[in-house]
Amino acid sequence: MPEQLFQFLVTGVTVGSLYALVGLGFALIYNASDVVNFAQGEFVMLGAMTAISLVAAGWPLVLAAAVATLLTLLVGLLLERFAIEPAWGASVVATIIITIGAAIFLRGVALLLWGKDFHALPPFSGDTPIHWGSATLLPQSLWVLGGAVLLVTWVHLFLNHTLMGKALLACSFNRAAAQLVGINVKVMLRLAYGLSAGLGAIAGILIAPITFSSYEAGVMLGLKGFSAAIIGGIGNPMGAVAGGLLLGVLEALGAGFISSGYKDAIAFLFVLMVLFFEPTGLFGHKVAERV
Amino acid sequence: MRLVGFYIFAAIAALLPVLFPNNYFVTVVGASAGLHVILAVGLNLLIGYTGQISLGHAAFFGMGAYASAIMTTRFGWPGWLAMVAGLLVAGSIAWLFARPILRLRGHYLAMATLGFGIIIHVIMVQAMQWTGGPDGLAGIPPLNLLGWTIEGDEQWYGVIAAAMLLTIWLSLNIVDSRMGRALRAVRGSEFAAQMMGIDTASAKTQVFVISALFAAFAGSLFAHQQAFVSPDSFNLMISVELVTMVVLGGMASTFGAACGAIALTLLHQGLVVFEDYEMLIHGALLMAVMIFMPQGLFVGLSQVARRVWTHFRGRSTQCAESIGK
Repeated sequence: MPEQLFQFLVTGVTVGSLYALVGLGFALIYNASDVVNFAQGEFVMLGAMTAISLVAAGWPLVLAAAVATLLTLLVGLLLERFAIEPAWGASVVATIIITIGAAIFLRGVALLLWGKDFHALPPFSGDTPIHWGSATLLPQSLWVLGGAVLLVTWVHLFLNHTLMGKALLACSFNRAAAQLVGINVKVMLRLAYGLSAGLGAIAGILIAPITFSSYEAGVMLGLKGFSAAIIGGIGNPMGAVAGGLLLGVLEALGAGFISSGYKDAIAFLFVLMVLFFEPTGLFGHKVAERV
Repeated sequence: MRLVGFYIFAAIAALLPVLFPNNYFVTVVGASAGLHVILAVGLNLLIGYTGQISLGHAAFFGMGAYASAIMTTRFGWPGWLAMVAGLLVAGSIAWLFARPILRLRGHYLAMATLGFGIIIHVIMVQAMQWTGGPDGLAGIPPLNLLGWTIEGDEQWYGVIAAAMLLTIWLSLNIVDSRMGRALRAVRGSEFAAQMMGIDTASAKTQVFVISALFAAFAGSLFAHQQAFVSPDSFNLMISVELVTMVVLGGMASTFGAACGAIALTLLHQGLVVFEDYEMLIHGALLMAVMIFMPQGLFVGLSQVARRVWTHFRGRSTQCAESIGK
């Protein structure tokens, strides 16, 4: 029982750090534009699928990953420019449908490009399991964990210690005031979309060797990332990271001890419970206090 | 005057099979559009009139369908009794969840309803001994009403059209009642509505239950009409489509929701020929309509019509005045 628990925790943290990265993307975009971007999961899928294709075409992994990330980042910018900006000031329901439309569109593009098959990336450093205490760990899990720690730290430092990051945060507090002190809000908006598309793509590339990718792979990931952002209190980047880890661990425990078929139901039941007792997420009010 | 639109709608629904007898498009696609109208009109009460969102409404549609399917195939219940059971189940679950869920706002409400829909869908897939799992349940007997068994596409078209008109009539009446005014007040400002003495929590609960009942009713009809149910008909994408129908037609308009439902059903039929491009076009259209016509097709177009109308009427009154002089 304790050995199993340890194994489930390791799995949970790996999956959770993926959710954390997707959730972080949600929080960044929400901060900059008050939009929940339901196409976030599609960024993960596009990053993974592009990298897989490029590696299959004989490109070295690092170059393939870099190009895939840049391409996805470009898709994020295009989404902002051609779907979000023209609908500025639309209602919550309208923006939800626009981004869901964008997600369906991107899925449609992926279906045309890659078909319905599942594709996988070869592991970055072999697939000999590492034995760690009673748990076994795929080397790729370490890549995911390390990548997530690096990216989250970088985003945290960027938001709190650079002028541009602070400008982005300023936009999230009060867009009009940010504009008045000379922050170019439009640029910040593009920055947020580009950044979260890039984050999503890297997350997708890191996880691609473990979970196979297909044109539909982004749907559930996007929803879990949204859940992570909601649990953390939407618009709170580090709350989203904590929410993602919590969600991943609970899901792994639920899958291990209760039923793997019900793991998605367990994850969303947890989200519902959080919302029933804390209607603005676990770390939701911190945003208000920070002002 | 209030029911003019209703009579026009009823006349069109009745005339279609007369004008195009034995037409697959009218009977089969028309029946599917009719079910979508019931769903969209019910959801519109919640989204359009009350200003709440539900991204999990397919769950209630599924509850009605599965209640009918399970009760008739496994327990041999008559269809109408199974339908009542489905309404009871969906209604009570909606009632139980309404208060905690509708306390949430905006994106939190979207998340909660979305999660609710996914949980119900997972149960449909996993509770195999009851629901038949991913393969679904087949062999649902035809619906029998007072000794009359509904069979064939034409009869189903008639029954669904009648059910659709009933729900439109109900919705029009709800909207114009004391409750309907309370709902619109909640949409305007929940706080102001409370100050006016409206019990907003119970108003929101009532409308949530009513829209769940509409959905479960459509679900029962769907199960009998198809004689087969599977979880794929009640997943997240279906919930999203229901919301799209309401928003596409134009919010806070019963006929807008109905037109949105019909438009989206026709769109799906039309896009089938594009095969692999279907998804791409579907996504692009969703984005385009929401960007360029955020108030919805029906409301957008009727505003244009009204502007044209007042333009001409303005001219004719001017004429009358000049003649009077």
